[in-house]
Amino acid sequence: MELTYTDKQKAFREEVRSWLADNVPAEPLQTFDTEAGFQAHREWEARLNAGRWGMVTWPEELGGRGCDLIEWLIFEEEYYKAGAPLRVNQNGIFLLGPTLMEYGTEEQKARILPKMATGEEVWSQGWSEPNAGSDMAAIRSTARLEGDKYIINGQKTWSTRAVWADWCFGMFRTDPESERHRGLTFILVPLDTPGITVRPIPQLDGLPGFAEIFFDNVEVAVENRLGDEGAGWAVAMATAGFERGLMLRSPARFQETARRLVELYRANQSSADQDPAVRDAVLRAYLDAESYCLSTYQTACRLNKGGKIGAESSTNKIFWSELDQNMHATAMSILGARAELLPHAPDASGVGNWLDGWLFAQSGPIYAGTNEVQRNIIAERMLGMPRR
Amino acid sequence: MDFTFSEDQLLFQDSVRDFLVNEVTPERIRASWETASGRDAALWAQLAELGLTGLTVPEELGGLGMSELDFILLAQECGYVALAEPLVHTALVAVPLLRELGGELAAQWLPRIAAGEAKVIVGLEHNLLVEDAHVADLLLLQRGERILAATPDQVALRHNESVDPSRRLFAVDVAADAAEVASGERAAELATRALDRGALGCAAQALGLAQRMVDMSVQYTSERQQFGQAIGAFQAVKHHMANIAVRLEYARAPVHRAAYSVACAEAVASQAVSHAKLVACEAANLAAKNCIQVHGAMGYTWEVDLHIFMKKAWALANSWGDAGFHKTRVGEHIFAEGAALGAGATFA
Repeated sequence: MELTYTDKQKAFREEVRSWLADNVPAEPLQTFDTEAGFQAHREWEARLNAGRWGMVTWPEELGGRGCDLIEWLIFEEEYYKAGAPLRVNQNGIFLLGPTLMEYGTEEQKARILPKMATGEEVWSQGWSEPNAGSDMAAIRSTARLEGDKYIINGQKTWSTRAVWADWCFGMFRTDPESERHRGLTFILVPLDTPGITVRPIPQLDGLPGFAEIFFDNVEVAVENRLGDEGAGWAVAMATAGFERGLMLRSPARFQETARRLVELYRANQSSADQDPAVRDAVLRAYLDAESYCLSTYQTACRLNKGGKIGAESSTNKIFWSELDQNMHATAMSILGARAELLPHAPDASGVGNWLDGWLFAQSGPIYAGTNEVQRNIIAERMLGMPRR
Repeated sequence: MDFTFSEDQLLFQDSVRDFLVNEVTPERIRASWETASGRDAALWAQLAELGLTGLTVPEELGGLGMSELDFILLAQECGYVALAEPLVHTALVAVPLLRELGGELAAQWLPRIAAGEAKVIVGLEHNLLVEDAHVADLLLLQRGERILAATPDQVALRHNESVDPSRRLFAVDVAADAAEVASGERAAELATRALDRGALGCAAQALGLAQRMVDMSVQYTSERQQFGQAIGAFQAVKHHMANIAVRLEYARAPVHRAAYSVACAEAVASQAVSHAKLVACEAANLAAKNCIQVHGAMGYTWEVDLHIFMKKAWALANSWGDAGFHKTRVGEHIFAEGAALGAGATFA
């Protein structure tokens, strides 16, 4: 055990820091849940990619730097510290990208990954359906193979970023006789294909961060199938693994929220201390964010040495989503009567973007597999408790 | 950056776990409750034979010359079996303090500790009482700005019974002629480091205790049938257990970091220890709470073994600094003007 950074890691951190200092927009971009904001974030992805900072863990031939997980964590630390824009293409670069590298053909990788890296093609998800939420194996949308095309019919929902995205990846039932997780196929669909209707769904903040997608005899070339026909479940599980795992929710994000929470508490201490539970909650937030960082480094080091992620990784999503909720709930308590005010309200002084964060934090325990489902997985697969 | 244990450290953990699980059974612990001292001389001799009492004693003084970090996984295993013998105290508190005191005292006592011939027990003013003072061949006692070395004939002990029948706690009055071995600022520094190591030992044992309670409860709820099925198949029961697993999973790395921090004498060691103690003891307390619940009335009995582990977890949570003490130490750091917090600060 050696808990210090190597000279190479320190130099890498300096390089990241210096590029971000020169390139991160001085003014925060408008949210990517607006059309203009989406475009601005797309341009930011192109800029990142031009500096080869778009996806540092990707191999060099794909515009990455072949970084290991420790360098990835360092990159994320600097990225969040710099207040750089959120990643509009996170469905692509963090979820589909790694899945493609594992299951995609060479042709697919060459065709899809470069445009994903530049932000030229932004990706959305097509997993949930009105009757297939936590129970994803209940998917009913169909894809029928006809010659060299799939004909897709059905409906997907809660498709994050789908309103302005270019592509959607999802699972469709290719074997009409099949049940549950058999007979499903993972297919990539261009969202401008005839027969597709995207209906935006306003989220808690009123903005269309996700959408319903209707498929009416949509024709998709068979070359857009990822993995074998009928093997969709296994491919999707790999993607879900990336989603819950450290690629998407690196500790830096929560450590920065905890730091800002400490700042908020200090700036409002005399009123905040009226409720003695607040100081304790701030302290716990800091400790939990640190615990999350330490555990992630430990896992990353284990994986770097050839270890495998086990069932214990199911604890990850519960830990960060509940931490995020707790931190924002504490911020709301500190802000008191100002907490409900939208940031541009004339008397909303010092509210920062805590309200936005609070609203978004409500989704954490729900998306990517509800925390109830995660708890079942932990009990059954990690602890070995009986299924019935 | 390497946050992993070596093959050797992991193999050592495996072999010590096998030994402890086989030897330190709940039956043996219950048997020791019935004895006058509550301690098991034969078991101590076995631990010494394995090199464990001298693990942190320098090689030239008959030990294995290992560090707090080398011992931390073993301390977890001591917790897993609720070991009553003062092994964690010896390896993490008494030996390092003697090492730091050095001189004649260290030369005289460390070889005897390594050989299993003597026990040295440390009593800090921070601890209300001194555990295992009755089996000490030498007591190192913090008194005001001094640390005293007292032999058994120089102390008067008053036994205090604990909820955990394995714990033997004593108020210690020390005679005026006990030798002073440190004073002033140095004594205060030594005491702080001893407190850190004691708290680190509690944290590591708490991880083991929590894991044991989880294992027992998974087994119990997989066997116990109600409504025509194993109760462990009910989501309400699963979620009690999953909640422990989450807190426990994220308490491990802070304990390992604290052990590294103490072993390397990092500037942040005290803070890392307080973090570790808080989250590990919280996980163990949650384990106790949820595991007694899923055991139902069986968990409320003396006969079922769960309470052996539950009671030790409760006791350790408030030993070597209670939550208030450790939260205050963390708070002094994070609420200070200009504190280095946030992304990138963890290993800075």
